[in-house]
Amino acid sequence: MRTRGVSLKKIAGAVLLGVGVALLASLTLYASTYTVILVTSILMYVILAMSWAMFSGPTGYISLAPAAFFGMGIYTAAVLGLKLPLGMVILIAGLGSFCLALLVGALTLRLKGIYFVIFTVGLVELIKNLVLWYEVTFTGTRGRFVIPADNNTIYHIMLAILVALLLTAYLIRRSRFGLALQSIGEDELAAAHVGVNVNPLKTIVFAVSAIFMGAAGAIMATRWSYIDPYIAFNPLVSFMAVLMAIFGGLGQFYGPILGAVIMAYLEEMLITRFPYHYMLIFGLVLVATIVYLPGGLVGLAPKLRNWMARVRRATPGG
Amino acid sequence: MQLLEGSGVTRHFGGLAAVSDVDFALGRGEVVGLIGPNGAGKTTLFNLISGVLVPESGTIRLQGESIGGLKPQAICRRGLARTFQSVRVFPHLPADANIQLAALFGRPGWISVGEAERETAELLEFVGLTGVRAVPAKDLKLPVQKRLEVARALATKPQLLLLDELMAGLNPTEVAEAMELVTRIRGRGVTLFLIEHVMKAIMGVCDRIIVLHHGKKIAEGTPQEIATSRTVIDVYLGE
Repeated sequence: MRTRGVSLKKIAGAVLLGVGVALLASLTLYASTYTVILVTSILMYVILAMSWAMFSGPTGYISLAPAAFFGMGIYTAAVLGLKLPLGMVILIAGLGSFCLALLVGALTLRLKGIYFVIFTVGLVELIKNLVLWYEVTFTGTRGRFVIPADNNTIYHIMLAILVALLLTAYLIRRSRFGLALQSIGEDELAAAHVGVNVNPLKTIVFAVSAIFMGAAGAIMATRWSYIDPYIAFNPLVSFMAVLMAIFGGLGQFYGPILGAVIMAYLEEMLITRFPYHYMLIFGLVLVATIVYLPGGLVGLAPKLRNWMARVRRATPGG
Repeated sequence: MQLLEGSGVTRHFGGLAAVSDVDFALGRGEVVGLIGPNGAGKTTLFNLISGVLVPESGTIRLQGESIGGLKPQAICRRGLARTFQSVRVFPHLPADANIQLAALFGRPGWISVGEAERETAELLEFVGLTGVRAVPAKDLKLPVQKRLEVARALATKPQLLLLDELMAGLNPTEVAEAMELVTRIRGRGVTLFLIEHVMKAIMGVCDRIIVLHHGKKIAEGTPQEIATSRTVIDVYLGE
């Protein structure tokens, strides 16, 4: 919104994005099944990190609720998977998570700082136990089977959700509402005093971000094929989304994407190569990033540029 | 009909009557000062008017309609804007985005981004900040941040502007500039209600002054009347 007009950089970015999406869309034609499954799970993490950053990045409200919305999607697929076509199931999962987030947001987005964080952690536990209680009391089982879909379908739907998410996040970010969200993060009282409807705006964007988490959960459930409340409402999902977004950096639009891709790939690589030391190495990488790059990976670019400039000055004629 | 009218406005903090049974009225185009010793309840009164706090009793009317209990954003869109005692600009947003946001959200109707940009440019010019439009607000000096906050408030097209200690922390030259700014804001047809400690400034720009002490209104009148009032002198000098 601040830098309007089409710059060369923007065109380059759009072209790069287009080529990237085309390459990804045709992945199933030339890549191995293993690669497709790996990229599916990377895309899932990108969706979680990006949709988390869409709300929490500008507003500074740290939500640990992604697991609740993701799990909502998983259960939608488990309950409706037999009765409805897959596309419908995904849409309803998104809508269900939207409604849940709308309700939760309206009730709790008045809470500030650590109180909001604590509530969102509690929400995941609450829903998990509620579902568990329902299953044990009324259906008499703990878990459910989900109709599996084939790998390529799962992959393409995941990619479609991601593209829809990127488009939505980009449009919000560059609109007047993106600016208003940022002003809420900067100084909520001042934002209200220049006419920003702070609570409705926070609630709606929070709910919109939940759509994509729910949709991702629904399609992921068809790969797992068996789920129970502990799998569906796993708090680790929330932590991963937040960690990946912060690891990548919240200062730039592409930060959470970068963070999720690198972290998810790193995790997979470490698990397969160093099954015994993977958690140790993973932890070290995270700690090093937070200590040396508080702005996340995107903070690396200006540092590199400075370093390159210094090297160039130090070697005359080079 | 007065532009802003309050009657019997009261608010306690615990057992302390921060604002107690205060009546006030501002006519269109007036510049009214609000003075009083520290802790007299001046900022609390502003917070009650702008919607940060809800009055326990009494009514506040803006253009004849009651605004007690409305949210700040609703009051803003009805034509009342304010600045804060300790400046509250959006620190990481550039100066122009601070103003543009207010232009986009602070009015009853919908305005296009293009129109908001034009008005932002005009207001940057008006407060003399065109040269620093792209600088993040936190990197501006205090007097400049104060001007930015005023411009941001004006971008909501207010009928009435509350200025909470615009001149505090400014040197004499900057105070003179701020007084000149107040006069020019008045020239735009905006009614002003200002809290000030700088007596020279308040005596120079106000048509009328209201004096608060321990949450109560103890005097009201022209600068001349206030400067010579026995009660006011007693309160300030503690005789």
